[in-house]
Formats: sequence, structure tokens, C-alpha cells
Amino acid sequence: MFAVELARGLATTLRELVAKPVTVQYPEEKRPVSRRFKGRHELKRYDNGLEKCIGCSLCASACPSDAIFVEAAENTDEERYSPGERYARVYEINMMRCIFCGYCEDACPTEAIVLGDNYELSFYDRRNSIYDKSMLIDPVAEGGKPTPQKVEPGVFTRSIPVMKNPQD
Amino acid sequence: MTKPVTLTINGIQVEAPPGTLIVDAAKKVGFDIPVFCYHPKMEPVGMCRECLVEIGRPVIDRATGEAVLEEDGSPKIQFGSKLELACATPVSPGMVVLGKSDNAKAGRDDILEFLLTSHPLDCPICDKGGECPLQDLTMAWGPGVSRFLYEEKQHLAKRYPLGELIMLDRERCIQCGRCVRFQDIFADDRVIGFSQRGRSLEIVSYSEPGFDSYWSGNTTDICPVGALTTMDFRFGARPWELRLAASICSQCAVGCNLALNVRREVVTGGDWVVKRVMPRQNEEVNEIWICDKGRFGHHYAEQGPKRLEQPLVRKNGELQPASWDEALDLIAERFGSAGAGLFTLAGSRLANEDLFNLDQLTRRLGGKTGLYTHMGGGKLTTQVGLTPGSNFKDLGGGGENEPPDAVLVVGCDLEEEAPVWWLLLRQAAKRGAAVIALNPRATKLDRDARFSLRYPFGSAAAAVLAMTSSLSQKPHDLPESIQDLSRNPDLKAAAKAFAEARNALVIFGSEGMGLAESAALAQACANLLLTTGHTGKPNNGLLGAWPRANEQGAWELGWEADANLLEHLSQAEALYIVAADPVNDDAAFQSAFGSDKFVVVQDLYLSQTARLADVVLPVQSWIEREGSYTSGGRRVQRFYPAIQSTTAMPPKTEAPGVRRASVLTGSVPELQGPQADFAIPSLIAERLQMDGLNHSSAAAVFAQIGETVPVFAGLTYQKLAEVHEQWPIVGRADMYYGGTLYENTQGLGVQLELARTGAPAQPQPAWSQVEDFRLPKLGLMAFPVTRLYDQGSTLMHTELLHQRIGESFVVLNGFDAARLKISHGGKARITFNTSAQSVIVQVRLDAALPERVVLVPRSFGLSIDAPTPVEVRPAG
Ligand code: SF4
Ligand code: SF4
Ligand code: SF4
Ligand code: SF4
Ligand code: FES
Repeated sequence: MFAVELARGLATTLRELVAKPVTVQYPEEKRPVSRRFKGRHELKRYDNGLEKCIGCSLCASACPSDAIFVEAAENTDEERYSPGERYARVYEINMMRCIFCGYCEDACPTEAIVLGDNYELSFYDRRNSIYDKSMLIDPVAEGGKPTPQKVEPGVFTRSIPVMKNPQD
Repeated sequence: MTKPVTLTINGIQVEAPPGTLIVDAAKKVGFDIPVFCYHPKMEPVGMCRECLVEIGRPVIDRATGEAVLEEDGSPKIQFGSKLELACATPVSPGMVVLGKSDNAKAGRDDILEFLLTSHPLDCPICDKGGECPLQDLTMAWGPGVSRFLYEEKQHLAKRYPLGELIMLDRERCIQCGRCVRFQDIFADDRVIGFSQRGRSLEIVSYSEPGFDSYWSGNTTDICPVGALTTMDFRFGARPWELRLAASICSQCAVGCNLALNVRREVVTGGDWVVKRVMPRQNEEVNEIWICDKGRFGHHYAEQGPKRLEQPLVRKNGELQPASWDEALDLIAERFGSAGAGLFTLAGSRLANEDLFNLDQLTRRLGGKTGLYTHMGGGKLTTQVGLTPGSNFKDLGGGGENEPPDAVLVVGCDLEEEAPVWWLLLRQAAKRGAAVIALNPRATKLDRDARFSLRYPFGSAAAAVLAMTSSLSQKPHDLPESIQDLSRNPDLKAAAKAFAEARNALVIFGSEGMGLAESAALAQACANLLLTTGHTGKPNNGLLGAWPRANEQGAWELGWEADANLLEHLSQAEALYIVAADPVNDDAAFQSAFGSDKFVVVQDLYLSQTARLADVVLPVQSWIEREGSYTSGGRRVQRFYPAIQSTTAMPPKTEAPGVRRASVLTGSVPELQGPQADFAIPSLIAERLQMDGLNHSSAAAVFAQIGETVPVFAGLTYQKLAEVHEQWPIVGRADMYYGGTLYENTQGLGVQLELARTGAPAQPQPAWSQVEDFRLPKLGLMAFPVTRLYDQGSTLMHTELLHQRIGESFVVLNGFDAARLKISHGGKARITFNTSAQSVIVQVRLDAALPERVVLVPRSFGLSIDAPTPVEVRPAG
């Protein structure tokens, strides 16, 4: 009996010895996250570089943990941040408060705020838990221009950019 | 009393006075009928049809005139075939209103669906979003989906500024007409209107600059959508992010109730900021309206780089930052040794508490006090002023067998000097009150006045004397200048209407007058009131259209205008100047600031006078602290701190524990930053070992006022904070009804009893010897006038208004201008013969102005406080 048990155990050991290890060498190596993962927020841009956020504060009012703070200002054709009349002059999220529920994402009328894949949120100081707009906003896509942009008058005349319905 | 009508609304029986509209009666059963175009302060127009309800009326047998009964004995009710307007249908006996029936709901739903066919749905960025009637009513009664094509929405101009103050978004307008009607009915500035028809209908402004009215901000409150919004608040915050602090306007004597909306911002480093100023309902003061000066003129009180932050003490000839201890020790030492040589000059922007403490300190040291103002006669308003229970809203046409009320406005351009009084008086005139405008020139009040009478410039008191004289059997000797007026039959008629009125009051101002002239005018007015018996009862008495918010309070607390200011300033050993800047107003005062004199200036900014001071003390502005003002209508009202003056706190680097520790150890933390005006005199008194002054809180000082000043007897902050229900009920969840103004839950204030000065006030014998004022035979005479928008040191902090304030100007009549070869808009050099000030200003022409009269607006950089000979020459 003992020999059988021993052999079985050793077989397991041997099998694991040659099996592919499950350990991931974080941080050199990162596991992919699932499609619906909710990580750090990203503020999105249009392809031309203009910001999607229109500074409406609806994300802030939807947030159950009062993590978001928005201060709005008005776009001009000389200094344009977003296609509509209004943009977020200040956009801050306190990651220490956020519970990653995604309500902000749901509330956003322009799909500007999206919970992304980044889960590396650690800081030594509580002040650093506040992510401001420059930390949250996506880089400008190729071919786009950074904001603020100087644009021709008469191009952006709507209060809110005309949007298509969400696809998925 | 007419018998109330009984009707049933949503199955609940309710009584309402006949003539009440269903929409208002429904409020009594707690049912908010949705409205867009109806506004409780205006007549219904039935334009939007959102207020649809089902209405049934009892069937009456024509033959017998009796109500037809059902089998069970209840009255038979006949419902109309169509829905009816709750906003335009008055209640009738036995009426049955169904507000929540399926039919009524479907009607509302359809109207909303139609309105939304042309509405852009800018809600996420619209300044009205969150407190928008269209949003709220769509949520409550509207359709979830539209059957109309999105692509066919009407597109109109967006972002269309109507001048610098108001932004119009034409697409958002739902054509309710509230704004246009407000401008017609209340503001009487028909500067906006409708153009085009149907779906293309647009709001347009006819004036240059756009929307040229002192009342434009009110339309943004009552506009049921975000079509009209203010530039000041544009994208400032979402309404739900704002907190509210109750306040009182600090700009004029009306004392409008305000709500300051505040929030903390990142751009100010986390400090509180006032985002917007909104009206707060007080049906006895400002109803629900405020003027644009009150709405936009608060910026001077905000924190900013120019504000004084710490005491300055003169060392080696320079003002240098110092600690409070150093400054206060120095002041205590010098004030103590000056004793009776101390002269305290205070401006009436100060609260009751400040004036009380300043007076206490000065009086105990044996010094003298003076109120810094250009208007006299306040003492009389404390004796024959308004009494508790007075309200402009009660003035009107009298009842059956009762004569109408009368209001005499004399020497006062009312819309410029006390805007909301003008607005309320216009409504009183519409209700039938006899308004008598007695002025040296045409003013806007003439449009609503039953009698518009003119007296020659400089003869205001004589004109009132002529009125009084016309009532007496034995006419008085009238000065020559007023003879023409005294023969005018209208004057007699006006005097008669005034004497016979049910209630009569007099509002006097400072049009073309200085201290002495306005004091004489006040006396003449008081005499008129006393001889006609219009004193000592509600809605009768004398009101001053004071230039600043708390001037009435100052007079009530025993302060008096100083007629010999220069002399007093020069003679004093030590000067304590608070909230006043005499040197800026008239450079002649500079001579009073000798080198051996010890001068303390207490102010928000480093004023011209402060630059000459030995010690400058920084104070908190009215929005940063608590206090109370007494309005021209003698109503004491509380204002609350809206923002925290962060600089008044211990430095931010200090660990929080340290402050708590000081409580345990009993050590007092060092004073930092600006302090309240009432605290500083008390801190000085503390150093002089003087007791009886208090600086623990404004409430404590006010309690002390209540104990020591007879007219304030028994008043406390709790009393001032009392409220009772006001009609109409506005500012609650149904913002579509009254607008986005605020309900008053923080206190309606208390009107003061008359000062009892022993013997009842009697007409003064000196009144018949009014001086005969004549224009000089040669040369021009300048008369000071008040403009609502001036270049005063407070209003200039509101950049938004700079264009409306405009440059310095004088007004000339056409004849003199032609003689001097100056055209409208041209430049002229003005030289005042008394002060020798000489400046180049713009000239405006007024054909109706008498010859040799030059109007000089106050606080426009021209030193004028009383009628002065002037020289005008063309320049450039
Ligand atoms: S994910 Fe949820 S908790 Fe986090 S910011 Fe968004 S709404 Fe707030
Ligand atoms: S992220 Fe979206 S919801 Fe938030 S302020 Fe910007 S546009 Fe509005
Ligand atoms: S602008 Fe506003 S208040 Fe004026 S008509 Fe249009 S919706 Fe009504
Ligand atoms: S009327 Fe006078 S008190 Fe009222 S808002 Fe205007 S300035 Fe202020
Ligand atoms: S029609 Fe009644 S509220 Fe507009």
C-alpha cells in the first residue's frame, strides 16, 4: 500500500516539476485582464485630439463615493478643448475613495470616462491618490493635435457634440 | 370680506378667495400643477398649455336656478369636453378639478412631446440643468420617447449674447414669454421681445448695449429653460453642487434678501467661492426680485490678491506688515493717550454690530464719532420712519369708501438710488396708489406717477414746503424760486391726494443735494407727514433712499452725518477711519492728515486714505462673516457667513492638534489675517483694560445692542431668524412655478419700533424759513446725482459691469453745450471752483435739463458732495 501511495505522490511531484508554472513574474510580466475589468479611469479623446469630456459633472453626481470633482469652463475657437461649448478645466478622481463600480462610466453622456485596465494604483502619500486630468487623459492619437486647439470659427457650433448611440 | 369659494381639487375640498386661479388654489391641497408660462407674480397668458386639467362644474337648473342633484343627492357635475387651463381659470363654487386624471396626464404628456420637438436637449452642459422646469416636468409628466424625427429638430442660434450680462440660447427657448412680460410689467424696459412666428420665433434685444436693463438677471430666474443664463455664472458649477448661505445685499438701502451659492474649488486651492447670487424671497422687502447690481456686484467681497491680509504699521515712513499684537498694542497706546482727541469716522457699509462697537470704544475714550455720508436727515427717519407692519405690497388703491394710498418721492431718481423700491412702487401705482414724483428733472418714475412735478434745481425743500403750504388756510411765504411750482394746480391736487390718502409715505433722496440740502429736505418732508397726520402707523412715514446698505442702522444707533468733516479730521489727535475713503472722494481731505496725527484705517483694500495711515487693519468682507443690516424700511436683517476667510485661520502648516491644545492650556492662539469689523474695536478696548465690549461673536454684540439701544429693545438673532409662510409659495421643488429663486427659511428680519424721544415729534418751526436758492446769474452750477452703476471702489471689482459703468461723464443741457461748442459724446474739462479739481470727462447732453445746470454723477472720480459752481471748457 505504502509503495502505491508513494508512487502516486511522486508522480504528482514529477508532473508538477515539468508542468508550466502558474506564477506570473509581476511586475515584469502582467496577466491580461478580462474584457469587463474595471481599472483606473481613462479620459478619452476623439481621433482629432479633442477631449470627449464636456465637463458636465454627471459622473461626479453619479459617483456613490463622491470621488470625482469637476470644474468646467467655456471653450473658444482660439482655445478649444472639446467639441461643445464646455470642457473640464479641472478633473480629479480620488482613487482612495473610488470603489470601481463604474457608475461614472454609465452616467457619462459622451463616453468620455472609461474604466481601463490599469490596476496599479499605489501611493506613499494620500495626496497622491488624487489623479488629476493630466494623469487620467489618454495620449493624443496619431494624426490628432493636443488640446487646446485653435480652430476655424463656425465649425463647432453645437452646445454638445452630436453623438451616435453607444454600439455595445 | 368676500366669501371664499369652496371647490374640490383631486378629491380634496378647499376654500379659496373668489378670483383665485385654480393653479394657485391647488397649492393649498399640496398639488403642484405644472406650468411654464404662468408665474404667480404675473397675470396668466395661457401660452404654453402645460397646465391642462379636467374641470367639472355643477349643473344648474335654468328654470329654478337650483343645482341639479344626482340620485344619491350629490350635485350633478358636468365635465367639459376639452381640458382646460388651470392657470387662466378662476375658481367657482362647487367646481371639481381633476389634476391627475388620465385625460389630464395625457394632455400634459402631449404638450411636452411637442415642446421637445424643437428642444436641443443640452441638459448635460446647460446652466439650468438640475433646476430646469422643462427637465423636471418632462420627468414627472412627459413621454419617455418621441414620435417625431430627431433630424427635423429646429436649429436656431446658440450662444447668442444679449449684451455682456445675459447669454441667450435661442434653440432652448420654449416661447413662454415670461422674460418679455417681466420686462414690460416689472422692469418697464421694453428692450427684449419676440420676432418671427411659430417654430422660428426668436427672442431679440432692441437695445444697445443688448438687454439694457437693471433687471435683466431676474429673467434668468424665471425663464423655465436655459435659454437665458447669466454670464457671471456661465458654466460655473452644476446647481446641485452648490451650497447656500443666506445674505443681505450690501449695495443699497433696500436690503434685498439674497442667497449666496458657494462651493469649494480647485483653482482657488480648495477655498470656498461665491459662484452666484440669487434672490431669496421676502415679500416684505424685495418679494422675489433683485437688481443686477445686487446680483453681479458682490465681487469686491471675494478673496483676491488685492485684499489686505495682515496689519500694516508705518515704520521709517513705509507701511510694513506687522502682527496683530504689534498693531493693536500701538493703537491702544496712541488711542489711550489721545482720549477725547480721538475721532472715529465710519462708513455705513458696516453692520450694526460694527457701528455699535466702534461707538462704544470711541465714547468711552471721550472721543467723537462721525458717519461718512453725503446724505442727512436720518435722525428724522428714526422718529417718523416706517413702523412694524409696513410693506410696499400693502400700498394700493384703497378699498371701498377708502381713498388710495399716496407715495411722495422727492429729490430722488428712485430706480438709480433704491432700485427695488422703484420696482415695488411701480406695482403699487398699478394697484391704484397715487405716486407723486417731485423732482428737478424727469426720472423713470414719472411714467407711473399720477403727478409728475418739477422744482428748480436746489429747491427741493422749498418744493415740499410749497406742497404743505397749499394745504393750509394761511399760505406761507414761499421762496421766489418756487413760485411757479406753487401756482401749479397739480401741486395742489397732489398735496390734497397726499393729505387725504389712507396711508402716505415719503421717500427722499439726494438728487442734486449734499448733506445740508438733504437734511433740510428731510425736515420739510417730516413736517408734511406730521401736518397731514401720516406718521406713527404702519405704511406711513419717512424713508431715506440712502446711498449704502446700513445707513439707516447707523442713524438708529446714534451715529450722525458729519457736516464739518474736514474740521473734525484736522482737529483730531487720532483718527480711526473705518470703511470710508474720504481722500479718494475728495483730495482736499489730504490736508487733514498731518504728520503728528495718528491715523488708523480699517478696510478691505489699501484705499487712498489707508496709504496715508499709520496703521492699516485688514477686515473680513460681508460674505466672510456674520452680522446684521438695518434697511431703509427700518427692517433689521441678518446675513450669514458664506465663505470662510481662510487667511483668518491659523496658518495651514500648523498641525491640527495645536489649536485644540490651546483650549486645554488656556493660551490664546495668535490672531491671523482679516478680522471682523466689530471685533477690532473690542480687541483695542481689551488692551485698554476697558470692559463692556464684546468680540466673541456677532450674536453676542447684537444681544448687547438689544439690551442697551432702546429701539432695538428685545431683539436677538433668534428673533431676526424667524419666518412665517409667505405667499406665493416659491423656491421649493416646483421651480417651474416661481423660478429658481430661494425660499426664505433663514429669517425675514424685524421692523423697528419708532424711537421714543420723550415728546412726540412735532413740526419744526424752522421749516418755513427754507433758504431761497437761486442759480448764480453767471456761470454753471454742478449738482451731484446718483447712478446705480458707478465707479465706486466696490463695483469696479465686477469686471462684467465695466462696459455698463462706462467712463466718467457729466450731463449738460443743449443750450450750454452749444454755447460752449461741445457735442454729445465730446470731451470737456471740468474745473470745480471750490476744490480746484480739474479733469477731462465725457459730456452727455440732456435737452430737458435747465440752463446752467451740470449734472455730475457721484463716485465717478469727480469730487462733488454738494452743489458747486463749476467751469466747463471744451477739451480735445
Ligand atoms: S467607479 Fe464608481 S466609485 Fe469610482 S469614481 Fe466611478 S462612480 Fe465613483
Ligand atoms: S467624464 Fe463624462 S460625465 Fe464626467 S464630466 Fe466629463 S463628460 Fe461629464
Ligand atoms: S427666453 Fe425663457 S423666459 Fe423668455 S420666452 Fe424663452 S423660455 Fe420663456
Ligand atoms: S435694490 Fe439695492 S439691495 Fe436690492 S439688489 Fe439692488 S442694490 Fe441690492
Ligand atoms: S398655459 Fe397655463 S401655464 Fe402656460
